[in-house]
Amino acid sequence: MNARGGIAAATSTEALTTEQPVGRSAGWWGMVMFVATEATLFACLIGSYFYLRFQHGGPWPPDGLTAPTLARPLLMTAVLLPSSLPVVWAERGIRRGQRWRLRTGLAVTLVLGVTFLILVATEYAEKLREFTITTNAYGSLFYVITGFHGFHVLVGLTMISWLLVASLRRGTFGAHRHDRVRNAAIYWHFVDVVWAAILFTIYLSPRLS
Amino acid sequence: MSTTAASTPGASREDLARLEERWAERPSLRSWFSTVDHKRIGRRYLVTAALFFVLAGLSALAMRTQLARPESRLLSPQEYNQLFTMHGTAMIFLFATPMLFGFGNFLVPLMIGSRDMAFPKLNAFGYWVFLFAGLFMWASLPFGAAPNGGWFAYVPLTEERNTPGLHMDVYTLGLLFLGIATTAASINFIVTSLKLRAPGMSLNRVPLFVWAIVATAFMVIFALPALNVDNAMLFLDRRFGTHFFDPEHGGNVLLWQHLFWIFGHPDVYIIVMPALGIVSAVLPAFTRRGVVGYALVVFAMASIAIISFGVWVHHMFATGLPPLSYGFFSAASTIITIPSGIQIFAWLATMLLGRLVLKVPLLFVIGFIVTFVLGGFTGAMFALTAFDQQVTDSYFVVAHFHYVLIGGALFPILAAVYYWLPKITGRMYHEKLGRWAFWLFFTGMHLTFFPMHLYGLFGMPRRVYTYPDEPGWGGWNLVSTAGSYLLAIGLLLVLIGVIHAVRRGRPAPPDPWGGDSLEWSTDSPPKPYNFPVLPQVHSLHPTWDDASRTSMTEGATDDRILARGRQTLVTSELDGRRERTVEMPEASLQPLLLALALLVFFTALLFAWYPVAVGAALVVASTIAVWLWPPRRPDQELGVSA
Repeated sequence: MNARGGIAAATSTEALTTEQPVGRSAGWWGMVMFVATEATLFACLIGSYFYLRFQHGGPWPPDGLTAPTLARPLLMTAVLLPSSLPVVWAERGIRRGQRWRLRTGLAVTLVLGVTFLILVATEYAEKLREFTITTNAYGSLFYVITGFHGFHVLVGLTMISWLLVASLRRGTFGAHRHDRVRNAAIYWHFVDVVWAAILFTIYLSPRLS
Repeated sequence: MSTTAASTPGASREDLARLEERWAERPSLRSWFSTVDHKRIGRRYLVTAALFFVLAGLSALAMRTQLARPESRLLSPQEYNQLFTMHGTAMIFLFATPMLFGFGNFLVPLMIGSRDMAFPKLNAFGYWVFLFAGLFMWASLPFGAAPNGGWFAYVPLTEERNTPGLHMDVYTLGLLFLGIATTAASINFIVTSLKLRAPGMSLNRVPLFVWAIVATAFMVIFALPALNVDNAMLFLDRRFGTHFFDPEHGGNVLLWQHLFWIFGHPDVYIIVMPALGIVSAVLPAFTRRGVVGYALVVFAMASIAIISFGVWVHHMFATGLPPLSYGFFSAASTIITIPSGIQIFAWLATMLLGRLVLKVPLLFVIGFIVTFVLGGFTGAMFALTAFDQQVTDSYFVVAHFHYVLIGGALFPILAAVYYWLPKITGRMYHEKLGRWAFWLFFTGMHLTFFPMHLYGLFGMPRRVYTYPDEPGWGGWNLVSTAGSYLLAIGLLLVLIGVIHAVRRGRPAPPDPWGGDSLEWSTDSPPKPYNFPVLPQVHSLHPTWDDASRTSMTEGATDDRILARGRQTLVTSELDGRRERTVEMPEASLQPLLLALALLVFFTALLFAWYPVAVGAALVVASTIAVWLWPPRRPDQELGVSA
């Protein structure tokens, strides 16, 4: 992290006697705690998935449903996971007061996020022909977990659009005022990383048997 | 010891006038709805939770009246089911936690030397959500549509085909709604205690009550999602035909129990831990010394908060899980008694080494120790699988958890009512009336619940609306019912005592008990800005130590008066080093509006008016967007280059 010094700087007397971390705002802690409780929600959902799967025994997915194909979910992953990078780039930009970077980065993320949601919609259109939320417990799990995540992406995108609209006005964000950008970014990274867990649970794990 | 900052202000007259202007709220209808003052919100939490307590208590009295004699038919089975479900649900979710969070709301900013919570508007929002969720659930009772599947709502009983009607939808939606308030309050407590402590209040100087609230809040953050997921699944199963708990379609009924108790056991400590914090806060004032083993008590709280997540299966010893898991959870349930024991012995040692001042709050603390330890004994018995399987679902269980919860939560809450009444209302209570209340309550409590151990062992099952005259049941049940009336009279005297104090009590000095923590160096009741001069903390007992006290009087500095705006201080998380001043938000109607929109949302879900629910969700989203909309600043101030 440190531009110069590395280990020597990190172990100097000053560094060791200074309390770390420094200068985290109330808003930062609030968002981190919110993400922690949200992550627990996802953990409970994913835990329920595996609980029902292993308590069920027998082939999974049950009732002769086919294991999900991977092409589209991997494409979705390729769209969603990198969408955090423009947010990071935008946030670093506004810390230096470069408003154009904030706007550009947010716009790119917005496009990637919307693309992801469109892919979710096409995925549902295909799956719904095979099974629905009421077919069996597998169907309930599939739609509730992916739907809950899709809803989180929608909330994240609302935050990103909200930041984008706010950033179009002069005098909103700058080098000395970007708390909201940072907090929304934390939420977006979370929505992003959670997808990896869902990809593994819903799409990859049925193939491991 | 009772000379205070307020009586010899370190802040000048002009500063005080400016603070008053910035913080005071002129009494008006609008300010009643828009206030963000943590003291007003805390008081509301206390009053509202007490109201729900009265309703839940009256439900219990109705049940005890029914059970006084065998074969009694005052209440129908349907009514009885709703009463015991609402009694349990309301006592746990609408009374215990909100009551303790009410004390937390009022006291945490005062104890850590701050002018408000970290997120005052979120705090107001949390209160409104709690109020609306409580009314949402209680409103179903007059219509005969109240939850009726027990407070832990086991499937398959609570599935649509076994319990048709709105009953369990009120339960799932009500608890999901309430969960928003509990989560918001918990985040607020954690952030407030991390960032808003007075300068100098490093972690080893944080009052035990604040530690307890923070440990509780962390448990809520990680436990409540399990309950929310559970309730969401049950609602979907009932309303939209999913199959999470339906074994015929690949679901599993035990999933409900696992998720419920992954929340439910930490929840026992979520209820009890802040109450234990109250005990640690009350004892120093009435033993004239600090709590013995401060660091050990903090470690005990932290380890309870963690271990409580690993004991949930002891609620499921009768479900036929593999014996190996019973062994593990039995061991964990035994281990968790060690940190609980550490706290008990720390308090006993405090009383042994201190000089006891036997006032009403201390009486309730002693009542707590006696009752809670008895509940702990039966708890250790339950940790043994073989014993558990013998008495599960009998009145022995009812006896056990009432000893734990009345002992562990209600006694400390009543101690807190008497202890902080002077601070909250500015009036002293009537000591003699308080003693009568204590003895009636204490006697009534043991008379009600001790016999339950006996007829539980004699085989009487819990949750029966009436019972045949088996040997040993009828007589002891009559004793329980008589005891419950005595207990109710004791609680009525508490209520009369509070009303008497508010109406006729003599004015309270700032520090009637010679307490050790910072709330006693504010006025009674505190000024809207809490502290004219924010303290510089030098020890664990700032009100007992000269350096901390004079920091608010002769040692006052401008950078701790902060009269130029509506401001308080932000400090570092571990050492409490000063970081900067922050501007606090003004009163606003947004919290109320947001909570109302959520009320419409959940009501619409309940009655299946889905378009209305979508509309309400849009109002929620736009209110939040406006709420968080950033204010405008000139570009130079923002440091913008392009």
